[in-house]
Amino acid sequence: MLQALEIIIPTALFVAAPLIFTALGGVLSERAGVVNIGLEGLMIIGAFVGIVFNLNFVDVFGSATPWLAILAAMVAAAIFSLLHAVASITFKADQVVSGVAINFLALGLTLFLVKNIYEKGQTDRISMSFNKMDVPILSDIPIIGKIFFSGGYITSYIAILAAVIVWYVVYKTPFGLRLRSVGEHPMAADTMGINVTKMRYIGVMLSGAFAGIGGAVYATIISRDFGHATISGQGFMALAAVIFGKWHPLGAMGAALFFGLAQGLSIIGGTIPFLKDIPTVYLLILPYVLTILALTGFIGRADAPKASGTPYEKGKR
Amino acid sequence: MNLNRYMNLLIPIIAIILGLVCGAIIMLVSGYDPIAGYSALWYGIFGESYYIGETVRQVTPYILTGLAVAFAFRTGLFNIGVEGQVIVGWLAAVWVGIAFELPMIIHLPLAIIVAGLAGALWGFIPGFLKARFKVHEVIVTIMMNYVALHVTNALIRDVITDNADKTEKVFPSASLRSEFFENITDFSRMHYGIFIAIIAAFLMWFLLEKTTKGYELRAVGFNHDAAHYSGMNVNKNIILSMVISGAFAGVAGAMEGLGTFEYVSVKGGFTGIGFDGIAVALIGGNTAIGIILAAVLFGGLKIGALNMPSEAGVPNELVEIVIALIIFFVASSYFIRWILLRFKKEGK
Repeated sequence: MLQALEIIIPTALFVAAPLIFTALGGVLSERAGVVNIGLEGLMIIGAFVGIVFNLNFVDVFGSATPWLAILAAMVAAAIFSLLHAVASITFKADQVVSGVAINFLALGLTLFLVKNIYEKGQTDRISMSFNKMDVPILSDIPIIGKIFFSGGYITSYIAILAAVIVWYVVYKTPFGLRLRSVGEHPMAADTMGINVTKMRYIGVMLSGAFAGIGGAVYATIISRDFGHATISGQGFMALAAVIFGKWHPLGAMGAALFFGLAQGLSIIGGTIPFLKDIPTVYLLILPYVLTILALTGFIGRADAPKASGTPYEKGKR
Repeated sequence: MNLNRYMNLLIPIIAIILGLVCGAIIMLVSGYDPIAGYSALWYGIFGESYYIGETVRQVTPYILTGLAVAFAFRTGLFNIGVEGQVIVGWLAAVWVGIAFELPMIIHLPLAIIVAGLAGALWGFIPGFLKARFKVHEVIVTIMMNYVALHVTNALIRDVITDNADKTEKVFPSASLRSEFFENITDFSRMHYGIFIAIIAAFLMWFLLEKTTKGYELRAVGFNHDAAHYSGMNVNKNIILSMVISGAFAGVAGAMEGLGTFEYVSVKGGFTGIGFDGIAVALIGGNTAIGIILAAVLFGGLKIGALNMPSEAGVPNELVEIVIALIIFFVASSYFIRWILLRFKKEGK
């Protein structure tokens, strides 16, 4: 049993990191009142830029390459998310439809560019990624150290740290208060002198930045190349984590970890005695079914930010 | 009123033109010749009878998934689960097609009906959860897509076949294949399903515009509260709408399962037909006739694009970009509307 945990928990952490980053982005966007179905597409942009940057600059930057690649992916996805922001905030497009368009566009554009640059359907594999590491001191704690702090990737720990920071920013700073007020009651916020449009743009671009990191982390650590199936559904999982986590940064992190656990189980289920007899299909659909059950009210009700999904029009009551 | 009607027609056309122009710019920037690219696209749609046949084949499921998305839209629901409903419909149709030996007059309709029922069941779940627990249908339908993908894969592998990646072909009595269409289109996979798709479009128009139930469904779509006050059962209509929407999608799956492929195989990812249906519905303005036109546009673009790499060296993904941009422009029609109104004012 203990041995099983030593395999499952690190795998869960490893699979969850991209979901945590992306889900944090989702939280920020929805808190500002903009639904972002386009997280998937933003992750695609992040994964693409992360891999292409890594392949092109590995000779220049050496072991710093993965870090810079993630940074580049973050910037690129934040810029790309401007499309969603312009459409859904300025042009008052249906936010769900605009998000769907983002997903289509990201996939089409990246595959088009991959074919244009590499003249084949997917990129080469990257040679430089992150290494597994043990957290100093903490990994020496008996049992817990081995389960939680050995053989993990640094990105997993950063993801968890990021969730704590986002929680602090959203709930404990004036900026966070403004962001939330725009998502709950934009008219009241406007009356108080908060620039609704600006705050919403910031929310969407932050979601792009975080989803870009999520995509790049996924591509750098898990897939290690970029093709049409590199990101297939992780963005939607992150969106589910946002809702599962009740639009709360730490909740979203918890949900992402839980999904990571469920996916970890399906990846390594065959090697663990008490899971071996369960057909894989049950483990595969587990995260999705649990999300539906959770939404149906098994973990208590939670409401989305009130103004989420509705464009703000000045002077309209 | 007159202006509105004229706008509804003008906006999709402007969006399509803008999408194509952006596509041309992207080709120019990335070093391709847009004229060669678009003429290869054109030739790939209309150049040979084979291409025309393949386009019609592609249009068939698009009409049905477009109807599925539009039907939900008209009642104020967004069904992203069309993809999953297509997958279960596809499996159900093929299952009936290989499990029974019946005369064609029973077998073929049975296979299509069962596919519709499977899709309807997949639509019922999010509809029920929305009506009963107020769970947002967008998230549930996304989740149901993945459940559909994994469950059908497991069923194909372990239940219908003995660990094979695809089933055998359906019996001819359940097949939509058409020798006549094959002969006139140089052996394309065009099949009789196109008639079913057109009948379905007519059914949707009739149901929504000419029946009391359709009026109720539309009323719920316009304003939940008003519909509720006037004594309509909003929850029942939400479920019914998702069930009908799912049934259209399930039949779209049957078109693939009984017509195009005649078998069902284990899938590594989604088919895309359901997601493209969102675009089709949007461009088609959620009306039956508009959807047929939009399906023809997207089917043509998809099939024509296959000709672009070989003839002009342009990756066929360009068309995906153009389609995405068209959705963007239609979604942002507020902007186009604003500009058009501005021009109109200045013209006076």
